[in-house]
Amino acid sequence: MGHTTLLVFEVTILVLAIFLGFEVISKVPTLLHTPLMSGTNAIHGIVLVGAMIVLGQPDKSAFTWIVGFAAVVLASANVVGGFVVTDRMLEMFKKREPPKGQ
Amino acid sequence: MSTNASNLLYLVTIVTFILALRFLSNPAHARRGNQIGAAGMLLAIVVTWVKVGTTSWWAIAIAMLVGGGFGAVAARKVLMTAMPQMVALFNGVGGGAAALISLAELHRILPQPGAPKADISIAIVFSALIGSISFSGSMIAFAKLQELIGGRPITYPAQQVGNAIVVLVAVASGVALAAGVQDEWLLWLLIGAAAPFGILFVLPIGGADMPVVISLLNAFTGLAVAAGGFELENNVLIVAGMLVGASGTLLTLMMARAMNRSVANVLFGAFGQLQTTTAAATAGANGTVRPTTAEDVAVMLAYAHKVAIVPGYGMAVAQAQHDVRALADLLENRGVEVTYAIHPVAGRMPGHMNVLLAEANVPYPALKEMDEANDEFPRTDVSLVIGANDVVNPDARNNQGSPIYGMPILNVDRSQAVVVLKRSMNPGFAGIDNPLFVEPNTMMLFGDAKESVAKLAAAVKAL
Repeated sequence: MGHTTLLVFEVTILVLAIFLGFEVISKVPTLLHTPLMSGTNAIHGIVLVGAMIVLGQPDKSAFTWIVGFAAVVLASANVVGGFVVTDRMLEMFKKREPPKGQ
Repeated sequence: MSTNASNLLYLVTIVTFILALRFLSNPAHARRGNQIGAAGMLLAIVVTWVKVGTTSWWAIAIAMLVGGGFGAVAARKVLMTAMPQMVALFNGVGGGAAALISLAELHRILPQPGAPKADISIAIVFSALIGSISFSGSMIAFAKLQELIGGRPITYPAQQVGNAIVVLVAVASGVALAAGVQDEWLLWLLIGAAAPFGILFVLPIGGADMPVVISLLNAFTGLAVAAGGFELENNVLIVAGMLVGASGTLLTLMMARAMNRSVANVLFGAFGQLQTTTAAATAGANGTVRPTTAEDVAVMLAYAHKVAIVPGYGMAVAQAQHDVRALADLLENRGVEVTYAIHPVAGRMPGHMNVLLAEANVPYPALKEMDEANDEFPRTDVSLVIGANDVVNPDARNNQGSPIYGMPILNVDRSQAVVVLKRSMNPGFAGIDNPLFVEPNTMMLFGDAKESVAKLAAAVKAL
């Protein structure tokens, strides 16, 4: 695939993702806006894939070593922290309370 | 692994992310959705791991352990009341990672023969710019929410000039790079200007406006990641980044609408400044404040049919959510109907109050959104306002001179009686007069929110 063809393809999925995003997100109730925010936070942790590709390059300079390493550290914190925090939050949303202890 | 195989597996990841967001439409399934998303993320990481092969695998492993370990510990240890700053922190590191990837990519492609392709250069510039702003801006938001620095709007002389200079430098170096000037230092210059801009841009924004800022920074990181996808020609980054970009944008607009202000006004208006000029227009504390005691309020609550609890940031600061729940339990056992009226911008991030009350085991059907809550106030015997101020200020409805005029509020003043739990008569965060406090059906219970609620619960129990 030529570079321009690839670019057009990428722009196509970008635009579709915009519409899909608005469509899906607009159905999230205000009740869950904080988990939505931290959940999307976790999703942009996908930047870890990019950081791994950078650090995984063969024959890289010292500069790429340092930058790539830092990027993987930051992105991993984003992924793990994002999903764990969201899970903790969502665990708390219950329809009925457990039997009252008091 | 071939590119086609990895792209197909990345598509699976994309689908899990979309499912994760879809499942968020219902609190009963939301947690499952998040787990599906996490599984998809794991798949993407494994695929990338296999793709990268043996190159520097140990460095990747160490970096992942360091970052992931920090993320796991921080996310486990954090108190629910500290959630806004944690969200800001994880948002910032994502933006920072995107900016770093841009630096590395430019470093890789510049020595290659021929000029870099224009679209790749533009993606690098965009990702570095937005990612850096998101990183430094989120760190300032974190510092503000963690109260490392003051939450009030911070202004300084020649603010506009300072902003203009850094923006100019960032834009000029970005344009030069995009136009094909092959110099790595331009990107350093761009990041060196964009990062201070992130700081300068969040510093003057007051704490009450944080929900808008956090949402916007969330969108920024998403867009930076999507641009990173164009640099690396990676679909999963493009789609996932853009989903976050769309989500953050939508939240930003919703939050601004809930305050009846434009996004630009929130970002550049320095809320506190407006007040000094318009304070004269409000009548001031033009009436008498009626302080009351916990015992009196307990009697009112215990013999009411319907009580609405209106939480605000003060409840979060005092960490009073568990005591509030305990009080509500006591009232419900006496047959009182208790609901919670939640304003969209109460607290420091979208949905902040819902999370705190969920932590205290309040069943979510009792949490009422603004419109529903407003329908019910005329039938409510007592509204218990706990640490909320601007979101219940009737001036937003009645006083054209008020800086919050036009903002949709919770009409607690329409209930039979209002009890406001407040530390003192000092004006709230934004320093705006609130005539609710001197209305004839309002009583003030002064003191720390947590202590006051505990006293109320004890008094109800003693009845």
